[in-house]
Amino acid sequence: MLADMIERLLDRHLDDAAQAQAREGQWLPALWAEVEEMGLPLALLTEDQGGFGLSFEEAGEALRLLGRHAMPLPVVETMAANQLLAAAGLPLAEGAAGLARADDLKLIDGRLTGTVPRVAWGEQIGCLALAVGDRLYRVPRSGWSVAEQGTSLNFHPRPSLAIDWAVDASAPLPHCPLAAGATVRAFQIAGALEAALAMTLDHTATRVQFGKPLQKNQVVQHELAKLAGELACATAAADLAGEALARGDTLGVAAGSLRAREAAGTGAGIATQMHGAIGFTREHRLHLYTTALWTWRDEFGGQVFWATQLGRAAITAGGQGYWPMVTAL
Amino acid sequence: MSAIPFPAPPADSPEVVALRTQFRAFLHQQLGDRTPRQRSDNWYGFSRDFSRAMGHAGYLGMTWPKQYGGHERSAFERAVIVEESLASGAPVGAHWIADRQSGPSILKFGTDEQKDTILPRIAAGELAFGIGMSEPDSGSDLAATRTKAVRDGDLYRVTGTKVWTSFAHEADYVILFCRTSGTPADRHQGTSQLLVNLKDTPGLTIRPIIDLAGQHHFNEMHFEDAIVPAKYLLGKEGDGWNQVMSELAFERSGPERFLSSIELMLQLLNMLKGRDDDAALATIGRLTAQLAVLRRLSRSVAAMLQDKQDAALQASIVKDVGAVWEQTLPDFARQLVDAEPDPRSAAAYAGVLANIVHNAPSWSLRGGTREILRGIIARGLGTR
Repeated sequence: MLADMIERLLDRHLDDAAQAQAREGQWLPALWAEVEEMGLPLALLTEDQGGFGLSFEEAGEALRLLGRHAMPLPVVETMAANQLLAAAGLPLAEGAAGLARADDLKLIDGRLTGTVPRVAWGEQIGCLALAVGDRLYRVPRSGWSVAEQGTSLNFHPRPSLAIDWAVDASAPLPHCPLAAGATVRAFQIAGALEAALAMTLDHTATRVQFGKPLQKNQVVQHELAKLAGELACATAAADLAGEALARGDTLGVAAGSLRAREAAGTGAGIATQMHGAIGFTREHRLHLYTTALWTWRDEFGGQVFWATQLGRAAITAGGQGYWPMVTAL
Repeated sequence: MSAIPFPAPPADSPEVVALRTQFRAFLHQQLGDRTPRQRSDNWYGFSRDFSRAMGHAGYLGMTWPKQYGGHERSAFERAVIVEESLASGAPVGAHWIADRQSGPSILKFGTDEQKDTILPRIAAGELAFGIGMSEPDSGSDLAATRTKAVRDGDLYRVTGTKVWTSFAHEADYVILFCRTSGTPADRHQGTSQLLVNLKDTPGLTIRPIIDLAGQHHFNEMHFEDAIVPAKYLLGKEGDGWNQVMSELAFERSGPERFLSSIELMLQLLNMLKGRDDDAALATIGRLTAQLAVLRRLSRSVAAMLQDKQDAALQASIVKDVGAVWEQTLPDFARQLVDAEPDPRSAAAYAGVLANIVHNAPSWSLRGGTREILRGIIARGLGTR
């Protein structure tokens, strides 16, 4: 139901022209208005919190869909930020939001100062759900200026923000914004890989070389099988992270997020190779997905950040404790 | 819907949690003196005593009807037994094939007499099975099978050769895939399955095939006008292809498709004790993430089997991705720890590493080669 609504919305309001505009760093007000109209920013909240009370599967499907359409605006960030704010009992975001963690910010005499690196659409969002230590701050747009411009691999704004704000809204941190961000990114990655596989199947069925469709070649079939394997892993990894986030298990988020990040790179590589040179251009839509996959796999904590946490837990568990640790993930 | 649905496995029920705890205690008690090197044999370990203990404790034939000695438990409860057995390096070889695929095939296609006489003994851990599919000229191309069974009154006369039969020298039965009419050119048509008693079949000779590690798991079974009673026909004559495909679906779906080298992972972690460098932490983290996701995929397949859905595509994906994990583990280990593997070493790490390096090549061959599986997956995606 929600999935159908999202599909219709994106079909109507997210065309290639809109994608090109977003690549220039221009906000898409009409698209965002539709997103708000549908209530998507509140989609991950419970009914008590004023949300949709979606089941785990429905929420996952919605997040994957946003990946499958390469949604350029920070919709999943806003969804995750609102979930965090609601859990903390803080007011929800007005408009789009970001979420971040920055432990080196300083709080002196009730004033929070310091730099938060690379926030998606940092100039356009209205609010930042920011974790510093064990507290969550709800920073309004007036609480920051741009310290340095930045750009993602899919050419969306990632400015670093200079926070200078007299704290008037904070609460104990319910869960880590990096874990929340990594989890929604995992779902987006799974969705983008669905699109990449569908495009690759279509391209290799219709592109004829040496008198036959590419797909008739066994080497091509085997690459398609590997891509399907990466998609399967990313889908399961996102679900794993989602369930772990819900029970507050950071290691489970690490595991799911890591495997999704890996699938993003491997999957994007196979899809591009199977498209041949056209997949390397902006003339074919594949680039929307490959550049998004390369973007998302390095955000909300990188590969090393998450892998070392999970690795340390495993080495600490040792040969004796390892399998029980794995079955608990 | 996702492009290739892998439904979320349900959270472990209290029964599943209790079963896992109880079974871990059972394994701990049974396997106390098993060395790491022995554990690394994974499902090539063969112990009649252990299998009988499994049967006695009620851990075999988990999903089968009680009427046949089974326990009428869910596919998830069986999955717990299977994954915990493998993760602990239990010597499951004497019940492995029977519990995984032969028993379920007999349950699905067998006569009442076959079910009554064979299934309770499998569930008791008393009957070991081998697989009678591959031939010298028909490995991946199973439909090219040549072994011929000719009906002669109330018996079949069997002629032909089967290879790569694990445990044929120890086991009690194989399910033999053979041709009961026509020629190999007829492909899927005219094939059947026979239950062959390995201990009591005149005209059957079994010869070892020693693998590159010097170990004897494989055998060649040579049938020369061998006599098999007609009542040992499994299912319908001529329906062998469909039956054998169904048997392969049982074979491809389980966690043995990524846990073959798990003992190396455990020993590697012991070697890394105290290491806090990014290379060690990040590599182990990445491998653990891959393993956790494989396990989840495998549990999704169990969920699909429990709901009687067709999981052939999903099972092939798990096996393909899983074989890469278990097979490349020695390479990751070698990047973190310098050690010369030694197949006769008593040292845990060197001995286990040797056994794993020796055996790893077989993991993308058995149960369908990587190339065959990728073809199956591609077909499942709608190509061809």
